[in-house]
Amino acid sequence: MITDKDINKLADLARLGLSDAEKQKLQKDVGSILAYVDQIKSAPVEIDTKGRVGAIKNVMREDEVLNETGSNTEALLSEAPKRDGQYLKVKKILGSSDSFEI
Amino acid sequence: MKNIDLKNLSVKKAHDAMIKGEFSALDLAEAYLEQIKKVDPEIHAYLEVYGDVKEQAKKADEKIKAGKATLLTGIPIAVKDNILIKGRIASSASKILEGYKATYDATAISKLKEEGVVFLGRVNMDEFAMGGSTENSAYGVTKNPHDTLRVSGGSSGGSAAAVAMNGALVSLGSDTGGSVRQPASLCGIVGLKPTYGSISRHGLMAMGSSLDQIGPLGKTVTDVEILFNAIKGKDSKDSTSISDKTYLPKKISGKPVIGVPREFLKGPGINPEVLKNFNEALEKFEKLGFKVVDVKLPNISYSLPVYYIVMPAEVSSNTSRFDGVKYGLLKEGKDLMGDYLKSRAEGFGSEVRRRIILGTYVLSAGYYDAYYNRAIALRRLITEDFIKAFNDVDVILTPTAPSPAFKIGEKITDPLQLYLEDIFTVTANLTGMPAISLPSGFTSDSPALPLGIQMTARHGEEELLFNIGKTFLNEL
Repeated sequence: MITDKDINKLADLARLGLSDAEKQKLQKDVGSILAYVDQIKSAPVEIDTKGRVGAIKNVMREDEVLNETGSNTEALLSEAPKRDGQYLKVKKILGSSDSFEI
Repeated sequence: MKNIDLKNLSVKKAHDAMIKGEFSALDLAEAYLEQIKKVDPEIHAYLEVYGDVKEQAKKADEKIKAGKATLLTGIPIAVKDNILIKGRIASSASKILEGYKATYDATAISKLKEEGVVFLGRVNMDEFAMGGSTENSAYGVTKNPHDTLRVSGGSSGGSAAAVAMNGALVSLGSDTGGSVRQPASLCGIVGLKPTYGSISRHGLMAMGSSLDQIGPLGKTVTDVEILFNAIKGKDSKDSTSISDKTYLPKKISGKPVIGVPREFLKGPGINPEVLKNFNEALEKFEKLGFKVVDVKLPNISYSLPVYYIVMPAEVSSNTSRFDGVKYGLLKEGKDLMGDYLKSRAEGFGSEVRRRIILGTYVLSAGYYDAYYNRAIALRRLITEDFIKAFNDVDVILTPTAPSPAFKIGEKITDPLQLYLEDIFTVTANLTGMPAISLPSGFTSDSPALPLGIQMTARHGEEELLFNIGKTFLNEL
């Protein structure tokens, strides 16, 4: 069962500003999906959180710049909703009266 | 304009005709543009038809004239809206990325550019590839070319419909839980979900990173094979990509053995016409000289619940990049947190929001072990079951989807019912094994609806799938 409190907390964690109506709908939908996936709780399996073994292994490379500095800057920045020259522009973070709790 | 029989055209036929000068790449591109203009207003496979198609075709013609053509030079292709082509819009059929222009080419796209293909346009999908009907697209549903009251499947519904309506010769889709194979089945064409890692994911928008693969769609197995061979391969930009040597194919003496998980097919919710058609396909395989045996996959019934834990968990992580700062939609709130909350709530559609919440739940402290870790352990068990089963058989056969194309609006109100569409397809994403959907006939409905069968093989054995597929569809 998902409670009102759960949905509020999940929406906060996921940074989704949802309306009350949508929270109610999600509570019902997510509840029914969880009821369905709950069948794995009776599955005959041991949880093993040790390394995942498979044919694919982690790949390492030197930490080096592969392209010419600045060659992608304009293309990337031009997709930003707000910019100031070579910077991405966001609202003030420090010292804001943000009372948001998670 | 040249009259080209698009319905019966294949990549090889088009290639030969262009080499012989029967028609040019420009003639071919114009024929497809004309067909799109004629049928797409009704079907809505395309989100955008590119303005430079003819210029691309002219370049392909130069390449052909210079004697540098490959099989794919001048071949008109449709691309799913979540695969990046530099300088062109890639929106993932979402509002949050409406108008977003890709800043680089996906590796699969760079490879196709080298071949000199002609990109016709970007095609519709469920938003961020989440769905099985394209009804979750922010830009309207793609109708099934066989019956326009019905869905084309999804999430790569635009990729499948574009090929089925002869509005592209081949197309690219992506498959996280069946998103190439299910629409291929519902539209009566061939679709491949390759071995995990065989096609680089660089430039494919991430949904479930441990499950996602780009996959080719076409009218024939041979077309799909040609496209797959052109885009596969190890890529330094995707550390999970594999080479031809990662998995070594098993030597098969004699005819391959087909395994059927009969126990699994007895479950409820499978359309009787799907089962009847599947049994007819088995008879056809037996007539063709294949041995068909039962195969035991003890944990396969857990595949769908495992998928609907692992996938949303990865979705909730992957979608955290959409913050209204770096790119995409910004809806301003009173502070930075307000910007996040508003941009994400208004930018994402309801299915994406649902999966983000679900994923956040299964990953949250207190539930992590019960859901995510347990699902991961089961995922491994299911993979081991398949590896064991492949000691005795060479491919495993099921229907691709539990039902033919359903009516628009029929399932969209109940998310769980739509999730059940993926019952046969998610296993290949969980195990990382390759699986192909082949057209296997039609229902007795009027108009008749296409049906498909799905064949899964060991890791790295796409070639076996192609060979058996060609035999089944009389392509040899």
